[in-house]
Amino acid sequence: MTWTQYLAPLLKGAQVTVTISLASIAIGAILAFAAGIARISSNRILSGIAFAYVALFRGTPLLVQLFWFYYALPLIGISFDPVTTGIVTLALLTGAFGAEVVRGALVAVPLAQHEAARALNFSRTYTLWHISMPQAIIEMMPPFGNLAVQNLKDTALVSLISIADLTFQAQSLRNITLDSATIYTMTLLGYFIIALFLMFVLRFVEMKLRRGPAFPRSAHS
Amino acid sequence: MTSIIRFQNVTKRFGALTVLDDFNFDVRPGEKVTLIGPSGSGKSTVLRILMTLEPFQEGHLELAGISYHEPNGRGAFKASEKHLHKIRCNVGMVFQSFNLFPHMTVLRNIVEAPVAVLKMKRAEVESRAIDLLRMVGLLDKKDHYPSQLSGGQQQRVAIARALAMRPRVLLFDEPTSALDPQLVGEVLGVIRALASEHDLTMLLVTHEMRFAREVSDRVCFFDKGRIVEQGDPDRFFGNPEQPRTREFLSSILND
Repeated sequence: MTWTQYLAPLLKGAQVTVTISLASIAIGAILAFAAGIARISSNRILSGIAFAYVALFRGTPLLVQLFWFYYALPLIGISFDPVTTGIVTLALLTGAFGAEVVRGALVAVPLAQHEAARALNFSRTYTLWHISMPQAIIEMMPPFGNLAVQNLKDTALVSLISIADLTFQAQSLRNITLDSATIYTMTLLGYFIIALFLMFVLRFVEMKLRRGPAFPRSAHS
Repeated sequence: MTSIIRFQNVTKRFGALTVLDDFNFDVRPGEKVTLIGPSGSGKSTVLRILMTLEPFQEGHLELAGISYHEPNGRGAFKASEKHLHKIRCNVGMVFQSFNLFPHMTVLRNIVEAPVAVLKMKRAEVESRAIDLLRMVGLLDKKDHYPSQLSGGQQQRVAIARALAMRPRVLLFDEPTSALDPQLVGEVLGVIRALASEHDLTMLLVTHEMRFAREVSDRVCFFDKGRIVEQGDPDRFFGNPEQPRTREFLSSILND
């Protein structure tokens, strides 16, 4: 087999990788905002739940989380197909790290802004969404970019719960052909191209947010 | 006439440090009062307590007939968020560092609160905001962002923003201290114009002594959490009675 013959199965795998990555990034982003905001809430129960979630998923290896959701959870009667399991687990992990990014950026909004909002009698909810969040979200973008790329690379582990992603397809091809050098080089390139695309998209969003007279500083390079 | 602001035996502590000590202070409606004194003497704390930015531990405080502590109030403020909201309806504040919202245009900085908090119609608020911007001389900057304005311009917008909420009491916390010397005049000019508004009660913390003498009905000198001396500005500056006041005035007027 020549390298052109590897393309079709690898592209099929790449498609699965991209699907899992994009889906888990999207769900992870929602989780990140929910948990990050809950962490700074004055409601002790909410912030406690968010703290436990973040600590648990940041403090355990992804591979073990995947095995737990795939092999252990069905034992108590809850089971999903492999792709759903992969997406959910990755989303929970990305959400946990993202929650710290959201919390950190919100906490970094100067106290003076909160005092001005209070002096104008804005409610706490209004202050969060209309005063703090628009200023904080720009600061979240660079770390979010890191998390997105990290998420993409972490998807390689889902091949171990029998999902036919890019890594899985590479392994299968190698087992048949034993052409390790070509196959793994192509696989690396595949991940790298997807990562470049992700970085580009996030940089674009950041530039969009930062541009304009309100935040004239250019994006960090 | 009844007071619009009444501090009765108010004590405020930051940990072991007592900032206001058994503090008593009354302000008549429409009165313009300047608070002066060395840093750490408690004058800014008086404003921050009135704005509900700081709680106090003991004593009684009323603004426009509303008590700050609720009978069964909980938390540091001994009042619910709803009650604090009610208090804040009567009072506004201008900060030393302006504190404009950087992501909003000048116009939106002014319009946002009356629309979101007072539920006024946007068109109505905008036309009033334009009047206010004309008053502070910044109508041509209405679509600019704060980062495009000088400090003096930002502070004038901040004054317009506070006025748009139609407060009965307006607090100025060292409004010119963060400004370059050549920008101080334009801000003082706006405050001077406001001082002629009969109904607006103004409390002003400042180090601009000449200005204090010119605009205020009463000057209060703070030291160690109490008012050491107060009175009519001409009498106060012309013939201070307390040695501590004389010492402070000579130190500040000689530098």
